[in-house]
Amino acid sequence: MRTVNFLIAVVAGLIVLLGYFFPGLELAVIRKPLLDWAVTLSGVAGLVAILNLVFHVHWKRVHDNHPRKLYSAVLILAFLLTVAAGVFLDPASAGFQKLVTRVQVPIESSLMAVLAITLVFASLKILQRHRNWMGFLFFLSVVFFLVLNSGVLAFTAEIPILRDLLSAFHQVPVAGARGMLLGIALGSLVTGIRILTGSEKPYNG
Amino acid sequence: MKTELILGFLVVLLAAVWMILLSLRKQRGAGQAVFRRIPAIARLRGAVGLSVEDGSRVHVSLGNGDLNDAANPSALAGLDALHRVGQLSATSDQPPVCTSGNGGFAVLSKDVLSQAARETNTLDAYDPDHGYLSGVTPLAYTLGAMEVMSEPGVKTNVFTGSFGPEAGFLTTASEERGAFTLAGSESIIAQSVFMATARDVILGEELYVLPAYLVQRASYIASLKVQDFLRILLGGALVIGALLKLAGIL
Repeated sequence: MRTVNFLIAVVAGLIVLLGYFFPGLELAVIRKPLLDWAVTLSGVAGLVAILNLVFHVHWKRVHDNHPRKLYSAVLILAFLLTVAAGVFLDPASAGFQKLVTRVQVPIESSLMAVLAITLVFASLKILQRHRNWMGFLFFLSVVFFLVLNSGVLAFTAEIPILRDLLSAFHQVPVAGARGMLLGIALGSLVTGIRILTGSEKPYNG
Repeated sequence: MKTELILGFLVVLLAAVWMILLSLRKQRGAGQAVFRRIPAIARLRGAVGLSVEDGSRVHVSLGNGDLNDAANPSALAGLDALHRVGQLSATSDQPPVCTSGNGGFAVLSKDVLSQAARETNTLDAYDPDHGYLSGVTPLAYTLGAMEVMSEPGVKTNVFTGSFGPEAGFLTTASEERGAFTLAGSESIIAQSVFMATARDVILGEELYVLPAYLVQRASYIASLKVQDFLRILLGGALVIGALLKLAGIL
């Protein structure tokens, strides 16, 4: 059975890959339904995972008298209310959207505000965590680019040498990000090949 | 047909063929591969070993990337790391727990954990609830994962996958609890947040080499060699391109 799973995964992967590189070939006829199936399967997996989270993980917590069972009970209740509202109001309706977003948006916005403060405090401790040249360099570059982008050095626009120098500095983070992205692209490529050739199997069946 | 598509196909083909050949050659030969030392991964091995000894739990977080998204290899590498962590902590009383923000990855994490339990004959300790979806939006996922991290037995947290700036909550909470924290992501924003908030960070392509550092399999070593070669090739092409542009030829 595991060999069959492996063969299905490899053949499907190769068809999708070849269909991407050679759009003119007849492979597109098979590629499109395969991708559609993947999206459908992913949706079903999402539904299964949500039901597992609500009616298994959190239900078990309530049942087993977990110290935080109250939170789990609130989660189950909120889930059931949202499903009921979705069924009666239609998920695409303005009423349902308003109902959901008026709860979700304020909570998430306030969490993002807390995140900003959390990150500022965490950044202040950076030299405690990374007591090496890399941590020091990171800290210095954070301070430098904060100053650079704050507008304090706006007067340099009138001094050609300084203007060109700061303009060059502005390119440094872009170059760094590109270097990281190239490394990530290479890592993604070899990981993809490892999965296509079956040497790495996140599906065991 | 577009030139870049043909070029892309040739790169993938060359890399795949070379990786297979290197894997076969490595399987025939013997000897331990020598890797560049990545201190964060070395410390992860130590933390997993310690968790087995003190009976604590390892939490692997796969982030909230979509399985159908092009950025998913980072979480797939995380799944492979989870497999290895599951094997390494087979003798522990507390098997690892895995959270993800996508249904597909949640199902795959259950599968990987069951596979690790089967391989190590610890199926009786396997609980399908050890791999689950903790939330579907980035913040809901983060809060759900923080709930897992707050369990008293969790003393090692591994974050590998797609994250946004909200990952700062995860790493900050983990560090404040004194847990070992290893964080890596394919997202540039998440990497900078991790760098500011976590002690052990894997940057850029180091995330994809994590499985190879945890288990020295021939195919992993071959993939590292191919990755190194492609990096040199790409770097060379960039330098030559820049020189040609400076010379006014391009």
